[in-house]
Formats: sequence, structure tokens, C-alpha cells
Amino acid sequence: MADYDVPEISGEDGIVDVPNLQPDAMKSHGPWVSKPEFQEAMHFPTDFNMPEDVSDYGNTDTLVENWKERALDKMADLKGRYRSLQVFLDICVKCGACTDKCHYYLGSTDPKNMPVARQDLLRKVYRRYFTFAGKFFGKMGMPGFVGAAELDEDVVKDWYNYYHQCSQCRRCSVFCPYGIDTAEISMAAREILDHIGMGQKYCTEIMGKLNKIGNNLGLPEAALADTLEGLEEDIYDETGVDVKLPLDKKGSEILLITPSADFFAEPHVDGLMGYAKVFHELGLDWTLSSYASEGANFGMFIGSYENMRKVSLRIRKAAQDLGVKRIVFGECGHAWRVAYNFLNTLAGPFDFLDQNYPIPQHVLEITEPALAAGKLKIDKSKNDDKVLTFHDSCNIARGSRMGPKPGGQFDIPRNVIRAVCNNFVDMPADTIHDATFCCGGGGGILTDDLMDIRIKGAQPRMEALKHVTDKHQVTHMAAICAICKSQFTKVIPYYGFSMDMIVSVHQLVSNAIFLTGQLTEEEIEAKEAAEEAERIAAMEARKKAAEEKAAKEAAEKDTDKTKKDE
Amino acid sequence: MALEIDGQSIELDEEGYLVDLSAWTPEIAKALASGEDVELTDEHWDIINFLREYYEEYQIAPAVRVLTKAVGKRLGKDKGNSKYLYSLFPYGPGKQACKYAGLPKPTGCV
Repeated sequence: MADYDVPEISGEDGIVDVPNLQPDAMKSHGPWVSKPEFQEAMHFPTDFNMPEDVSDYGNTDTLVENWKERALDKMADLKGRYRSLQVFLDICVKCGACTDKCHYYLGSTDPKNMPVARQDLLRKVYRRYFTFAGKFFGKMGMPGFVGAAELDEDVVKDWYNYYHQCSQCRRCSVFCPYGIDTAEISMAAREILDHIGMGQKYCTEIMGKLNKIGNNLGLPEAALADTLEGLEEDIYDETGVDVKLPLDKKGSEILLITPSADFFAEPHVDGLMGYAKVFHELGLDWTLSSYASEGANFGMFIGSYENMRKVSLRIRKAAQDLGVKRIVFGECGHAWRVAYNFLNTLAGPFDFLDQNYPIPQHVLEITEPALAAGKLKIDKSKNDDKVLTFHDSCNIARGSRMGPKPGGQFDIPRNVIRAVCNNFVDMPADTIHDATFCCGGGGGILTDDLMDIRIKGAQPRMEALKHVTDKHQVTHMAAICAICKSQFTKVIPYYGFSMDMIVSVHQLVSNAIFLTGQLTEEEIEAKEAAEEAERIAAMEARKKAAEEKAAKEAAEKDTDKTKKDE
Repeated sequence: MALEIDGQSIELDEEGYLVDLSAWTPEIAKALASGEDVELTDEHWDIINFLREYYEEYQIAPAVRVLTKAVGKRLGKDKGNSKYLYSLFPYGPGKQACKYAGLPKPTGCV
């Protein structure tokens, strides 16, 4: 593990104390800048010079021509398109309620990571160029008198750095008496940066792959098919049941859209196997799509409506091409936020789907009622080696809902965990439900070049986790978001936890479910032993045949020799 | 970024991955590893060779599970797990082993 300054956690009450300010503690060049080729694929301007070194990031000679004018044009465009943005920029009264609510501020102590200060990086420029007071005092050379500031190189550098230390988790907005959403401001800032030559490599490279291949990983159809086949084998080996993970199966009832990490990473893939088992057991006819093999939609992270729409339209096309009746989403935080809130606006109307089901539906909205109705045979003791806690993912907790009742997004995952596990303990109240702390890797931050802020931003969650591991013997933390799972497995070792304590919710279901026709452990052992015996017998038969063949050949040779001698 | 080997300059991206995947040689793998204080043993090479074969066929690095399964089959069940792979490649088998094998870094929510 590389060397990072890791905050200390005590686990005492599970809550991080508000730290003393350390101005500029996180001042940096920000994440890797996106090359013109990646920007081009996103239809962003490319007339900029790729900086040769990180120390050049944000220098005016690396930005697009007339960058200042174009940045302000974009800001005007965005505040016109999104009325909310202008309202948020106008109405902050600097009450300070948000200041200690951000995990990045708590973990990093940098005052610019206080939500209000982060917003003000954009707000001060808005004031200078778009309000009467700002223009007036700006012309008199004292814009600071009304909280306004000139747009210059240093402001751009701060934008790039600090808007990439925001995971758009919206915890601050829960505590803002005016409901100002920092996430929206941070998205707008990134959209402006994308238009002046300061895109972020992580997001744009990934979206380029999605547009070309169908998913963030760049996993081609053949590799996906091979991976799914391997998982079918694994389930068969474990259960003796032929559970399918169909790909591009036309005429299926359900199209499953899930983050591509579910095909690739641990513990995500264990969750995918869980969905497959649930669908199998409920007799649901489902398929994955190789064309829309991605649930994640990074268009939201960078505030690009056009790119977010493009990704969403792939889902629509896949659903139509495959002739499905329902669209179901797997465990992915922001995929569900985009799907729940925006899919219909971006890619609707979905009048060709079965209107008797939610459009779209979350996989937990299938599993939970099935468990409650006793439609799945469960052996909870299979998870008795664990004491679980649950991490609410921010985009699901604060950006969407699940099921028919308010708060369903909090209750449904917990109901599922409780239905398949005997031991469950929640983390402290100020760190769960809509007050949940971000994992520290959301919103386009899950990249190695931002490891320092990812580790620091995880501190509040780690403090809460340590509290329940120390005081309540919790051993595992379940999550329902690909980013949370990846971020935690990578970051928790820095806090002294083991990476395999992170699990998918459907992985727990997968452990406990007993499929119709499933073999018992003894039967599996017997089956494996029989297969092994068969393998050995076949090997011995081959060996014997080879020996016989060799003996025969030797005998023939002898005969030949005898004949020759004669 | 660039890597100097035998007077030749090999171009690397910001994160130290090969820009031109076809330029890979075992010497490059050794140099990349030694830059991260890793000495490549036969065990490392087993993984690197498998990654390259898989990439040749599928144009992407294998999923962790595919990799652990293949390693289990080839080297024995006790080695077919993430822990073994992390013991060889502490920064993550996906990312670190891919780097030495000259494969692009897996991207996304991984």
C-alpha cells in the first residue's frame, strides 16, 4: 500500500469530531486531465493544448481559446437551462449549517471542502458577471465587497481541484435549510470545465468506452459471454442446479441493466449470481444485453445532459430490440438515481413496456416481496458466520426511492438482509438513512489519482464502521452500489479492516437461498468425489490404452525385426 | 512519462501503463515491476502470461473471478483466490498485474 496520511479513527461513538481548519490542506493539481481525443468523443471542445505536466494544469495556455468568455457563456447557458442552478447560486445565506456535513471536509480539514465554500468557488464568479451588485462593484475594482470575484487562472485551478473533491452525495443538501444542492453546482462546474479544455480523464475515457463497446469496462460481447458462462458453471458446481445468465435472449420478459463491475469485480460478481438465482427460482424469464451492458451513467457526474441521454438511449434501444416487457436495475447507486428520476425524461416514453410493473424496477423490489411472501426457500444459518451492517449508498438514500412507501430505499435493503441473515446491526443514526456518509469514491472520484481524497473522505464511514465492529461485533458491511463496493474494498485496508468484509446484498441472498433441486452439501461432496473418480478412471483408462498401444507397437516392431532378420 | 530500456524510450501514460500495447517485452515487465519494488518470480510470470493470453483472445483483462478460477485450475485450488493474487500484486491483481503484462488498466467502477 502506498503512503498516505490516513486519519485516525477511535470507534468511540462512531461520529467524527469536527476538525480544526487547515487552509489549503488539499490544494493540488486535481485528477488527470482528459486528452483531446477523449473530449472529442464526448462532443466537447478540443482546441486546447494538452498540459505536459500536472503543474501546468489550468494554466491559460493549456485552455481553449477565449476560455474566459466561453466559460461564462456556458455558465449562462446552464443557469438558463436549469432554473435550480440559478436559484442555488442566488439563495445561500451563509448560515453555515452545511459546513461540518461533508465527509471530504471532515476527513481533509480543508475549508474549501466545506459545501458552502465549495459552492462559493462558482457562486463568486456568478455574482461578478451575472448580478447587478457584482458587476457594479466589479467595475469599481472591489468585487469582493459583495462576495464576487474575477474569473482568472487561479479560480479555474480551484474549480478543477475542489469540484473533484465532491462526490455529489448531497448530504449537505439534507441539512441546508434552503435545500441547496451542492451536487448540482458541482455538476455544472464540471460541465463548464469540460468546455474549456479541463475534462477529467477518468470520466471521459470511461464514457468513450461505453459509447463504443457498451460498458464502462470496455468488456466486449465475447468476453462478457465467456464470463457469464463461467458464472453458470460456478453456480452449477455449487448447487447442482442449471441456473442461466442469459445474454441477448430475444423475447425475454425482463432486461437486467446492471453495472459492468458486476461482471468483473469482487464482491460485485457474487451479487450478480444472487440476482440470477432469485430470477431462476421465481421462474422469471430474463436477459442481459451486450449492447446496453452498463447500468452506470457517468453523464450525471459531469453534468452533461447530452451524454447522460446518450447512455440512457442505449437502454431504450436494447429493450426494444430484445422485445422485453420490463426493465430491472441491479445494485448500482447512481444508475438507480438516473433510472428512477430521469430515465423516462431522457429516453421515454416507455409505453412499450408492461405498465403493471414499476418502470424501471429495482432488483430489490423483486427480491424483497418474494422473500416476504415466502416464495424463496432460505436457510439463514448460511450467513451465521457474519454479523452484518448496511451502508446506505448516497444516490439511493438521498436521490431516489424504492417500493410503494416513503423510506422504502432504507427499509427494503434492510428487510432483505434481515430475511437472509440472523445477525444485523445498524451503524449510528447520524450516519445512516438520508444522513448516510458517502463511501468517499462516488461521483467520478473512484480513480487512483484521487486516492488521497478517497481515503480521507472515507473517514466518517470508517469511524461508524469501527464503532459497530468494536462495540457490536459486526464483521461485514453490505452495500448496493458498485462504486461503494469497489471504493471500500480498496480503502478500508488503510483503516485496518480486511477488504473481504465488504459484501453485496444479493451475495447474502445467494448464500442463503436453497434452489429447487439444489443438492445438499453432502450431495455436492459426493458429486465432486464422483467427478474426481470419473476423471481419475478416465485418466487411468487413457494411460492403460497408451500402454497397450505402446506394447502392441513394440510387439509389431519385434515381428518386423524377426521378419527382416529372416 | 517514459521508461528507458537499453537506450530506448518506451512511452507510458500518466499512471505508468504502456501506451503502445504491441511494444511490450518481458524486459519492460521487469522494469515496470522493479520501479514498484517488485521482483518478478515464476509465480508472477504465471499470472502475467495468463493475462496476456486472455487479452489476446478477448481484448480485455479477465475478471478477477475468471483469473482466480484459471489460477486455481493451473496451480492448485489453494492458489485460486484473491488473497494469493494480492500477495503477489499488493496493489490489486487487476491493476498491477495488468500494468506489468502491458494490458490497459481496467476502468469503471472497479
